[in-house]
Amino acid sequence: MNGLPMDLIVSAALFWIALGLVGLVAQKKPSFVRNAIFPLGALAGAIVAVSAFFSSGVETAVSFLGLPDLPFHLRLDSLSAFFLFILGSATFGISLYATGYFRNEEKHIGTLCLEYHVFLAAMTFVLLADDAFLFMVSWEAMALSSYFLVTTDHKIPEIRRAGFIYLLMAHVGAISILLYFGSMGGDYGFDAMRKTHLSGMQATFAFLLAFFGFGAKAGMLPLHVWLPEAHPAAPSPVSALMSGVMLKTAVYGLLRVLFDLLHMQVWWWGVVILATGLSTALFGAVFSAVQSDMKRLLAYSSVENIGIIFVGIGLTVIFKAYAMNSLAALALVATLYHCLNHAFFKSLLFLCTGSVLHATGERNLGKLGGLIHKMPWVAWTALIGSLAIAGLPPLNGFVSEWLLLQAFLFTPGLPHSYLNMLIPVAAAALVLTGAAAGYVMVKFYGIIFLGQPREEKLREAKSSGKWERAGFLWLAAGCVLLGLVPFFVIDHLAGVSNFLVGASLENRDWLFLAPISSERASYSPLLFLIVTLSAIGLAFIAVRRFYHGRVRREIPWNCGYPVWNARMQDTSEGFGQPIRQIFDPFFKVGRELPSPFDSKPRYSAKTEDKFWYWIYIPFGRAAEYFAGLFGKIQQGRILVYLLYNFVTLIVLLLIVQ
Amino acid sequence: MSAFGLFTQILQLLLSLLLAPFFLGWLNQCRAWLQNRQGAGIEQPYRKLGKLFHKDAVIAESASPLFRMVPYVLFGAMCLAASIVPSLATDLSFSKAADAIALAGIFALARIAISLAAMDIGTAFGGMGARREMLVGFLAEPALLMVLFTASLISRSTSLTVIVETLAHRHFEIYPSMAFAGIAFLMVLLAENARLPVDNPASHLELTMIHEAMILEYSARHLALIEWASSIKLFAYVTIGIALFVPWGIAQAADWLGMAFALPILIAKLLVAGAGLALIETLVAKQRIFRAPEFMGTAFLFGVLGMLVHFLLGA
Repeated sequence: MNGLPMDLIVSAALFWIALGLVGLVAQKKPSFVRNAIFPLGALAGAIVAVSAFFSSGVETAVSFLGLPDLPFHLRLDSLSAFFLFILGSATFGISLYATGYFRNEEKHIGTLCLEYHVFLAAMTFVLLADDAFLFMVSWEAMALSSYFLVTTDHKIPEIRRAGFIYLLMAHVGAISILLYFGSMGGDYGFDAMRKTHLSGMQATFAFLLAFFGFGAKAGMLPLHVWLPEAHPAAPSPVSALMSGVMLKTAVYGLLRVLFDLLHMQVWWWGVVILATGLSTALFGAVFSAVQSDMKRLLAYSSVENIGIIFVGIGLTVIFKAYAMNSLAALALVATLYHCLNHAFFKSLLFLCTGSVLHATGERNLGKLGGLIHKMPWVAWTALIGSLAIAGLPPLNGFVSEWLLLQAFLFTPGLPHSYLNMLIPVAAAALVLTGAAAGYVMVKFYGIIFLGQPREEKLREAKSSGKWERAGFLWLAAGCVLLGLVPFFVIDHLAGVSNFLVGASLENRDWLFLAPISSERASYSPLLFLIVTLSAIGLAFIAVRRFYHGRVRREIPWNCGYPVWNARMQDTSEGFGQPIRQIFDPFFKVGRELPSPFDSKPRYSAKTEDKFWYWIYIPFGRAAEYFAGLFGKIQQGRILVYLLYNFVTLIVLLLIVQ
Repeated sequence: MSAFGLFTQILQLLLSLLLAPFFLGWLNQCRAWLQNRQGAGIEQPYRKLGKLFHKDAVIAESASPLFRMVPYVLFGAMCLAASIVPSLATDLSFSKAADAIALAGIFALARIAISLAAMDIGTAFGGMGARREMLVGFLAEPALLMVLFTASLISRSTSLTVIVETLAHRHFEIYPSMAFAGIAFLMVLLAENARLPVDNPASHLELTMIHEAMILEYSARHLALIEWASSIKLFAYVTIGIALFVPWGIAQAADWLGMAFALPILIAKLLVAGAGLALIETLVAKQRIFRAPEFMGTAFLFGVLGMLVHFLLGA
């Protein structure tokens, strides 16, 4: 079967580009574009996922594309196959959903379809690239196509601003990655980079460049600012793709660089990654708890999850640097598992917010509520996604969290005594992040779907269509299955961990997850579910058998308080208030409090990111100032420019002499 | 999965279900005695459950199906928790299904389920209770895990049965790391089970209640299941404490004689623990809700200290 998976994946990517072009040509027939092209795109996604799953070994190819004498090199190995699997399987659900979702976007469906499919193809080639040239070209194509997708509603100034910030950050990162490739010495092919051995300083320099570049794309602190701007601006399927899949390409890039191209690890690199990841995770969790816009909340939650993934990478690097390969494999498997999980549950939740947005026209949590009665499909699948992202057993979020905590608990074997003491503290902070994610998800789910509708118009909200349901079902089923039978994925990940860290997890029993030995730790989600469900079932039968099932519907008791309306429920600000109070120093809070004598009292609170004021605004001012200085050279009169020429000539002559 | 394991497993689960209301009744009775009241008797929680099961359920008009499912979910989750914590014996069939980290996961699952149910009706109290419960839980869960981590580091395993077997075979000595962990655990136990000083189980005062605010709209069999699940949760927490800090007397694998002694020893420990908790609850006052982060932060720090001490001293 050698060669077939690669061919299938490349054809799927080219098919996506073709689909995009057909969509652009056929934009006069929007219903054709929606109902034919997007399902076909989903099918191509499924093909990518299946062929990536069944690929084995390393396949390389030289493409007929590219410049003369500079052909594109392609390579499919276990690492890229795993990330292609994430891409394909998430895309399958998202594209199915997009078929239904874009019925309201029929005005610019042609360009949307082109950008969407080019974006998918670009991500595929990022994962397949085996030289810096193809990598940068597809990286840029990915950034640009997603920029145009973000600015779909470009008539709104905030969206243009969000798009600009995204483009800026994408390019700051891309420059850094380009510099990294430059620092790898001479050749542009990845094969040549694998063979170069850099000295300590050079390698550190290269690592820092790559870390900065990929970190900017992934949204690590303090380069995260584009995420909460771009994700809410984009149409929901695009947010789902960007958060669920595109962020993972940055993780892929970092792993590729650390374990394949640089093929050396220094323990303090791991500490740097771990510390950055940890602060990113905590920051994201705390900030998502105080958001009032549902998509912004999810964007900050993505920041948090990227932080967790970086913590895993950092731990892997530390273990690998001390040649503790089997522990490195444990941390790496936890990291990769979390990447896969995040692709499923975050895409699912972004799609759910898309349906809520379409049905109600509201993104503000404070104007939603009670949608479980009107949109049961969205609500119940969103419940699965929320519980999964909160890291609750027996769903998938818990599996990766469990594996990562196990990796932390094995650190006492490290030969470095300070690390031995600091890493458990990091585990503590990680647990705090996980608990905060639970808080955020109760807020997210409870305020959107539970309670009473906070606005009259919500009573007319319509449930989602059948294409949307198909997307939800696929992603929700993924969350459940990845949680219940982790064995099959972990078995599959052995190839990746053998390739990257030279060891794999020994997990022979399909029912139990026991990464080291069953005496040390074991977890069986299936048994967990069976015991809980049978307890629930027995309790239900016993209650019905021995007592009765009589139910009376009444108005809520509410401690006997006579007045009851929707305005009395917690608002999203109210629900986030304890977190805002505890973590006050992290936020810049602007409050507008009403006076007691006000006839029309207004209350508002705005929570802002301090990093804007610490880094970005000063940096922007400085850039503007220096640009102003250079601007003084430009006088707009031909005489002055001739004078410049003359002076330059004189100076050059003087130097030559 | 041996037959003996399955037998002890079922026996322990049934005993936990039956003993949990007894422990709550004993705790309340001790509290009444300490406060110079006569008290309602140890069997009061059983009477209350029986009464609630016989009543007709009243459900708010705005409730969704989630609201009716949550009591069963809570009950199921707590049954699992009670079956994996070794209270009678360490030879438990289900214990391999969930380790100490998964135990914290079960409690988180129960907490999130009840918070969502509280928000489902859309009353002011429900949301307020959910918010406060999540706040306490958000800070208590890391502290609980720190305690469990310290114990796992000592026994080099996160499996609860292995932890208990290791700890029970050590000769008696004060381990500094476990002393710190013990203080942290006690604070978490009080906070997570809605006891003083974080929440007051006997009060329906709107400004102070947390747990009671969440279950205001429940009645009859649903309320009974929730009350029962809460008492199992308290029971599970106390037995975790017993298993971690005074594990002696818990029967080892395939030890019939040990099993015969285990039950009286467990009941004796529960009686002492109940009296101790009642004493604490009589001596401390309810704190303002915004003192709760301080309280839980202290617990968390004690937990982390315990772990650091373990690394420093290796004990």
